[in-house]
Amino acid sequence: MNSTVSINNLSKSYGDVSALKEINLNIKSGELFGLIGPDGAGKTTLFRLLATLLLPDSGSAALCGFEMVKEYRHIRNILGYMPGKFSLYQDLTVLENLNFFATVFNTRIEDNMDMIRDIWVQIEPFKDRPAGKLSGGMKQKLALCCALIHQPKILLLDEPTTGVDAVSRSEFWQMLKGLKSKGITIVVATPYMDEANLCERVALMQSGEILSLDSPSGIIASFEKDLYSFEAKDTYQLLLNLRAYPFVNSVFLFGQSVHYTDVRDDFVLSDLKDYLKSKGQDHVEIKQIAAGIEDCFMALSQQNTVQK
Amino acid sequence: MKRFIGFLKKEFYHIFRDKRSMLILFGMPIVQLLLFGFVITNDLKDVKMAVVDHSKDEYTSEIINKITSSGYFKLVKSLDGIAQVDELFRKGETKLVLVFEPDFGKNFIKGSKASVQILTDASEPNMASLEVNYLQGILQNYNLEINRGKIVPSQISTQTRMYFNPNMESVYMFVPGIMATILMLVSAMMTSISIAREKEMGTMEILLVSPLRPLQIILGKVTPYLFLSFINALVIVGMGYFVFGVPVLGSFALLMAESLLFILMALSLGIFISTVSDSQQVAMMLSMFALMLPTILLSGFIFPLRNMPVPLQIISHIIPPRWFIIIIKNIMLKGSGFEFVWKETLILIGMTAGFIGLSVKKFKIRLE
Repeated sequence: MNSTVSINNLSKSYGDVSALKEINLNIKSGELFGLIGPDGAGKTTLFRLLATLLLPDSGSAALCGFEMVKEYRHIRNILGYMPGKFSLYQDLTVLENLNFFATVFNTRIEDNMDMIRDIWVQIEPFKDRPAGKLSGGMKQKLALCCALIHQPKILLLDEPTTGVDAVSRSEFWQMLKGLKSKGITIVVATPYMDEANLCERVALMQSGEILSLDSPSGIIASFEKDLYSFEAKDTYQLLLNLRAYPFVNSVFLFGQSVHYTDVRDDFVLSDLKDYLKSKGQDHVEIKQIAAGIEDCFMALSQQNTVQK
Repeated sequence: MKRFIGFLKKEFYHIFRDKRSMLILFGMPIVQLLLFGFVITNDLKDVKMAVVDHSKDEYTSEIINKITSSGYFKLVKSLDGIAQVDELFRKGETKLVLVFEPDFGKNFIKGSKASVQILTDASEPNMASLEVNYLQGILQNYNLEINRGKIVPSQISTQTRMYFNPNMESVYMFVPGIMATILMLVSAMMTSISIAREKEMGTMEILLVSPLRPLQIILGKVTPYLFLSFINALVIVGMGYFVFGVPVLGSFALLMAESLLFILMALSLGIFISTVSDSQQVAMMLSMFALMLPTILLSGFIFPLRNMPVPLQIISHIIPPRWFIIIIKNIMLKGSGFEFVWKETLILIGMTAGFIGLSVKKFKIRLE
């Protein structure tokens, strides 16, 4: 079976707000695909459209070859969907939840143990606990189990790691890698740029548009400018000073440091140092660094805004 | 079928694990019935009254005796004059004053015509007119007794018999009314809330993405409440019969069949409400205001419909409990068969079909 997702010119708007603007996207069978973008980029809307929960304004999409609007019944049989908000029955225990979803799909837990075993062993100790009383990471693992219980061909995960601690996050991604090896096409939406590196291909999204579509390394490679990281005592003042610099191309705050690119290709770092010194900032640490996905996203999103 | 049973199991877990649902389901019918049956009663008992006796003769004291021995009234004060009445009523304890004219006895015997005056506190109009009626009844009885054996020229003597409720027990009226209210509440409110909860918690999203059909979801939601409401109907009729002595004169099977029909109607109304509300709050408010108040006020449960202004009477026609109350009163109190209630039954069937049609049409297979 060819578990592809192909999206053609898909648009969706809520009243005056257009949430998706003519999206085109092809996801290969068995791919671990990431939709990366901030809140409001249109990730959830895209997922709900693919999950046949919303109707598009225009355009079309097909999952496993089934047309999204007309053949929605078929899609609902082969799709595993995990909404962004924890959507299991909080008053039911872990086991009862899993049992319920198994019966809904006309199957049994035992028949699908192979699929969920790796995840199930982690939550099994809590199987008699009400789902509402689980920790954030456990909830997500249970939700993933419930979404997998019917052996879906395509798995849509909407921000599965939001609100989950760092350890559980990496465990979660480990599980996705394991699932991928079973041949499921997995589409993950996440606002965390660092998770992009864990996907095979990613689409960077903003304001309902796809800014870039490539493998994480491809996206990073497309970052053409030299990137510098600045660190100073007064980070905020540093940011203001760099913004006021006449040759600034982009400057963004990254935690304790400031990432900077210059408009000139052949620019000399000492000029900038002198400039900062003249502004009274003597002790600035400057390093040239390799760009990350987030830098790429920032650059693309800036480019996108300028074009408009 | 396995899917359906799985769904049912889940619904029962929800109901039995939620204390609030359990309380509404099983606590409320019993509490309401006891409350209406024992506490809120329109029957007179020991109404405090005072007397202004300007005559003070054997007739007046005999009349006062008759009144106090009836059990309906209790003499608490003897006043010297009319002037004190105003103050007495303002204090609020005493509701009724009986005034005998001077020389009451003499006039009664010689002139064969004596007057008493009844003064009452009409700030509670229904009770006031009820008290006056009872008091007049006692006076009339006394009159008859005195005149027994004498030839009284052309007098109409009335003999009253209260059909279907000989002792005028108000609980006869409350049991059908409470049955309608409770079934409406449990069925409509609980289903609408439980569907709205799935929407609110986001679980509806998952149910929709699953291969479950809308009809399967609706049936799964409705069946537990159909079952529980039916138990409630049995409990109410049973309590009415064993605790309050409200009879079921007609066919018990017919009564239960009509109750089932009404429950179905309320359930379909509940589903309809849930299709237009996105949160439990909205569903609850809609059920409370759109169902509870009309059920209590406009169904003829407490307030007689024929005394209402015409617009309200017209509105009352679309209030389903109105028809259900007519049906169960007929069956329980009058022992009527189906031939007397088929019209009302037909109306309920029509309403049920209407609501089911509307809900199926409005139930969304998607999120919008």
